[in-house]
This record gives sequence, C-alpha cells and structure tokens, in this order.
Amino acid sequence: MFPARFRYEAPHSLDEAISLLRDGGDYVKVLAGGQSLVPMMKLRFATPDMLVDINDVPGLAYHRTDPDGTLRIGALCRHADLEFSSLLPGTQPTMAAAAPLVADPLVRNRGTLVGSLCHADPQGDWASVMLALGGSVIAQGPAGRRAIPLAEFVTGPFENTLGHDEIAVEAVVPKALGTRAGGYLKLERRVGDFATVGTAVAIETSGGTVVRAGIALTGVGGSTIAATDAAAALAGKPLSADSIAEAAELAASAAQPKTDHRGTAEYKRHLVRVFVSRILGGSLSSTTGSSTTGSSATGAAAERAA
Amino acid sequence: MTMVYDDTGDEATADVPVRKIRFTINGRKKVAEIEPRLLLADLIRRGVGLTGTHRGCDTTNCGACTVLVDGRAGKSCTMLAVQVDGREVTTVEGLATASELHPLQEGFKQEHGLQCGFCTPGMMLSAKALLDRNPDPTEEDVRWAISGNLCRCTGYQNIVKSVLWAAAKLREREPEPAEASAVNKVEG
Repeated sequence: MFPARFRYEAPHSLDEAISLLRDGGDYVKVLAGGQSLVPMMKLRFATPDMLVDINDVPGLAYHRTDPDGTLRIGALCRHADLEFSSLLPGTQPTMAAAAPLVADPLVRNRGTLVGSLCHADPQGDWASVMLALGGSVIAQGPAGRRAIPLAEFVTGPFENTLGHDEIAVEAVVPKALGTRAGGYLKLERRVGDFATVGTAVAIETSGGTVVRAGIALTGVGGSTIAATDAAAALAGKPLSADSIAEAAELAASAAQPKTDHRGTAEYKRHLVRVFVSRILGGSLSSTTGSSTTGSSATGAAAERAA
Repeated sequence: MTMVYDDTGDEATADVPVRKIRFTINGRKKVAEIEPRLLLADLIRRGVGLTGTHRGCDTTNCGACTVLVDGRAGKSCTMLAVQVDGREVTTVEGLATASELHPLQEGFKQEHGLQCGFCTPGMMLSAKALLDRNPDPTEEDVRWAISGNLCRCTGYQNIVKSVLWAAAKLREREPEPAEASAVNKVEG
C-alpha cells in the first residue's frame, strides 16, 4: 500500500508552514509523527493534496515546566520523550501513567502528543488525559496564537476546531491548584491495539480537600468523553471511599460503550467503574505520585493478562 | 537509482513530483530521487536493494519493517522516504561487520531466537535501540522494548533470552563510548 499522490513541503519555520497552509488549497495536512496520518493515507482514508512536514521546524521538540508549574509540550515532542521524561513522575501522575501505554514502543518513538490531540481519535489516550487535566492546545495562525481548551478543541470523532491555516504548536497542562494525584488505566487486547477501555483520572488536593478533579474516558463512545458529573462528585471534599464509589458509578454511567469484538457494552462500562476506583483507591492509600505510577503498572499487567 | 512509476495515463503522470534526498544508510551516503509518497520501507527494499527490512502487515502493527532513524527505532512502512532526508538509517544489514556478527545476531543464534526469521530483523533493531539506551536491561525491560514487534512462530521466550545474551556479551566488551553516544543521539 502507498498513499495517493500529494505535494510535499518541509518548511524550516512556523511562518513558512502557516503560509503553506494558508495558500495551499482545500486539503492540506500537517505531518508531525505521522503514525496515524500515514496509515490513513495508505488506506486512502485521507488523500490530502499537500503535506506540510513540520519535522524540520526547529524548537518544537520540547516539553518543559514553567516556574509556576505549567507544563508545555511542543508539537514535535514524541510519546517516547514523555515516557522516559524525568519531568513527569511525581508532578504529572496521569501523564506519566499514560505515556507508556500509548500504542507500542515503535509508534511512541515517532508519534507526538499534539498530533494525537489533533487526530482526535475516540480511541486516543492523550485526549482523555488532557481533558481530565483541564489542558489546552495552542494554535498558531497568520493572526497569531490562541489557546483552545481541550473540551472545545476536540468536537467529535476525528474533528478538531483548528482553522485551516492554523498549526497546533503546543499542548498546555495548567499548574496544579494543589498536589496532583491520579493515573491512567487502559485495557487493550494486545500492545498497540486500540483501547477496549481507557480511563484518565486527575485530582488536585489541597489541605486534605480535592480542589479540582477531572475524569475522561477513552474508547467508550463516539468521541472522547468528559465524565464531568463523576469529577464533580469528588470536588470540594476530602477523598473518601464513599466519594470514590460515587465517582466510579457516575463515570460508568457517563460511558456510552457499544458491544463489539473487543467486549460487550456491559463489560466496558464495568471496566470504567473498576478503573476509576482503582486509580482513586491508589491515591487514597498514598498521596505521592509514585503510587499512581504503580497503578499504571497494574494496568499494564492487567492488559497482558487479558 | 531509477524509480519506475505506474503510468496511469492521466495528466498527473506527466508531472510526478520528484524530490532529491540525501541520506546515510548503514554508514554509506546515498542520493535518491523519489516521489514523496514512496514509503521508507520501499526506498530501503526496492531503492537501495536491502531486503533484510521485511514488509509484514503494512498496517503499522507487526514491526517487521523496523529500522533505526537517527538511532530511534521506527516502522519504515509508516514513514515517508522523503523524511530521512539528511538523516541516518540503520537496517539489519548494518549490524554485522565483514568478519563478525553483531552480538544480537550471535545471541539469536545461540539462544535459538528465531524459527522462520521473518520478524527477526525488526526484533534485532528494537533490541539494539533498547541496548543503546539501557545496556543492562531486565527481562521485563526487554519484553517492553519488543512489544511493538510480533512473532508468529515461537512465542517470545527465546527472543527475550537472545537479547539478554547480547546485552551480557556487550557488557563484557570494553564499551566504546564514542560509538554509544553517537547512537544515543536523538533528533530534536
């Protein structure tokens, strides 16, 4: 298999890339990691007239924390950069748990977090993680930059709200209001398969009270699902067995799973309930990030056993 | 190098966009004139003529087409050939020297890490990327590192043993820091 013909440009600056997008016609795609785009082009699901390869644009391969704790991930930061990052463990437990569970090691070496958000696959892990964390995407176009909250960025399956002449240059995780805890658990039939169910949980606690909570679900609906009621059940009170049980139940009812070859709807809904309890149970028994990283290991073990 | 395109008889055929790229493969510098839609796997197999890089599933699943680009392992069926312009590609043919197998190849031989051999080049390159980064991996590390490569023959036990054999062999040797650091360098 090989893609349909297209024009290929590899600009060396963002301005040049944006000009190409602006003047390039009706169907131009930005190429970063290409781990979803290239397969889709090979299958002719995507037949862009032009590809703007941003891999030669300098200064996009970073992920860094601002002095105030805001995390910034550049458009060419690969999944593997995050998997092996020393920046995430401790301060970003949900991201640290998700990074090693994205696709497989070979795909993680090339694919990018920002590209995954733009691709907006309902089975994509990062959209759930960023939604749970209240993250946003920075879009750059001819008129400058704007921040788009994840909830307004991903509007449906494979749909985002970027303008045709805009490039998603950065993903942003806001600074925590307290101590961050949480995790990401995913069941997949084998490494690299799409998620049967993925669950992202991120909470911030201050003085024993949960001051911010986010829960989002992967692969159990037509799009990434923000379980806002479930998150609301956690906020404004200390984390307890009761609040965890309530959040798990509400998250399960927010899921819109369909029965398919990966499992029945009932089974997937049950997994959401279990995953939310498991992640938050880990946070309850210990407030450190390391325990939540442990919960990702449990998830990996569960996925291999399955 | 000559690439042959399908003549579809339409206007587009007359105006095939061709790009000249320069890259290094297994230490040798190359120039190629290619269509942007050519996949890296095809540049390697049909253009350069190195058929050790296998095309298995062609759908980003199996990892048989794994190569290193600037030291990072990736699936060459899921990269455009134009994307290696100015970069360095390592295929399985780049592992051995004229006189000696690479310890990974020796390990696969010693530990019977293959049956049909189709997945083997990809396994070796994923393993090489691991050992370049982590010279002393645990069994779990090895299993994690090759989890993007599928084997349909044996199960993975002997493949894991082969990689651990190679890791031990490489540690026995005096490390060559210059080479190690060059391989560890990633794009960015």
